[in-house]
Amino acid sequence: MQKLLFDLNRDTATQERFRTDLPGLLNGYLLTPEEREAIVSRDVGLLYVLGANGQLLMHYAALLGMPWAEYIAAMREGVARHGPVRAGIYAMTTGLDERVASV
Amino acid sequence: MSLVFAGVCSHAPGITGRAQMADPVVSARFFDAFRSMGEDLVSARPDALVIVAAEHFANFFMNNMPAFAVGMADAYDGPIEDPAWLGIARTSIPGNTGLSRRLIEEMMQTVDLAYAEEWKFDHGIMVPLHFLTPRYDLPVIPVNINCQGPPLTPLHRAWALGEALRRAADTVPERIAIVGTGGISHWPATPDSGKINEAWDREFLDRFVANDKEALLSYTDAITYRDAGQGGFEIRTFIALAAAARGRGTVQFYQPIPIFSVGCTVATLEVVR
Repeated sequence: MQKLLFDLNRDTATQERFRTDLPGLLNGYLLTPEEREAIVSRDVGLLYVLGANGQLLMHYAALLGMPWAEYIAAMREGVARHGPVRAGIYAMTTGLDERVASV
Repeated sequence: MSLVFAGVCSHAPGITGRAQMADPVVSARFFDAFRSMGEDLVSARPDALVIVAAEHFANFFMNNMPAFAVGMADAYDGPIEDPAWLGIARTSIPGNTGLSRRLIEEMMQTVDLAYAEEWKFDHGIMVPLHFLTPRYDLPVIPVNINCQGPPLTPLHRAWALGEALRRAADTVPERIAIVGTGGISHWPATPDSGKINEAWDREFLDRFVANDKEALLSYTDAITYRDAGQGGFEIRTFIALAAAARGRGTVQFYQPIPIFSVGCTVATLEVVR
């Protein structure tokens, strides 16, 4: 999952394929069904909970065209729906109702 | 010839990408301090700018993660991010392959480096350049410390990198400026984005300004993660600069700006023989 986000982050050809041939693109990566579904449904909140590196996910949200407040809200909503972040160093430490920088 | 300038600054993407969302009075003071540092840098008449950055999986990934990497190209493209999102147009920044190679050869005498002829700049370098050399007319040599994918480069090795950079800068005939860029405490790219531990930041800056090696190297990653977030791992860039400059620091600007996700910092270091 993170390898896909890494490639999407830096490679315009991968970005183009993301738009035109998503199933074919995803076949090239080792993805669990949950990860694949999160990518297909553009579920930034679930990707966050699955442990996607925050920097990669932030750029991915930008690639999807998500405004800043929407991206922050999607991560909070992901934790509300799926529970705490399962891997990595980008855990949420604030409460579900907090709005840290007013977003 | 010598190291002619040393400083540190923040690089958070919100600084340019969300510039309009901050209190304009506060952000204007920060931007002025940032640009003023650029003027001081240019006044030192450097031939090249070495930027010690905390790259964020833009070039290096967990398939092969170097503790340190140095760029060795004649040009670098950036930003890697969506230009509209970052608020910085995509461009090509000049490098200097020959100078990179000579610096790397000297640094390798004491520090094992990776080097890369291909390297794309992310916000970690583009945001500083946007303020320091906005015409992108000074050759840049990027240096990366792994602050992102554990196991991370130990702090004492970041210090060793800074010492090696200084020795290399003093060896080559060119005039070298070095800028370190990273956050102090911050929790970027999480729902906590905007959380800042100002007391922790000020304590760190006290140690940095005093160039107190022992105090700077006494942090553990567990303590940093607890008190300063995963973004706090980027103190490695400041530590490398302290080792390179050897002198005391001066903080030109420090203030938490939550919508920028970091305690915004501009500081310079005295270069001591």
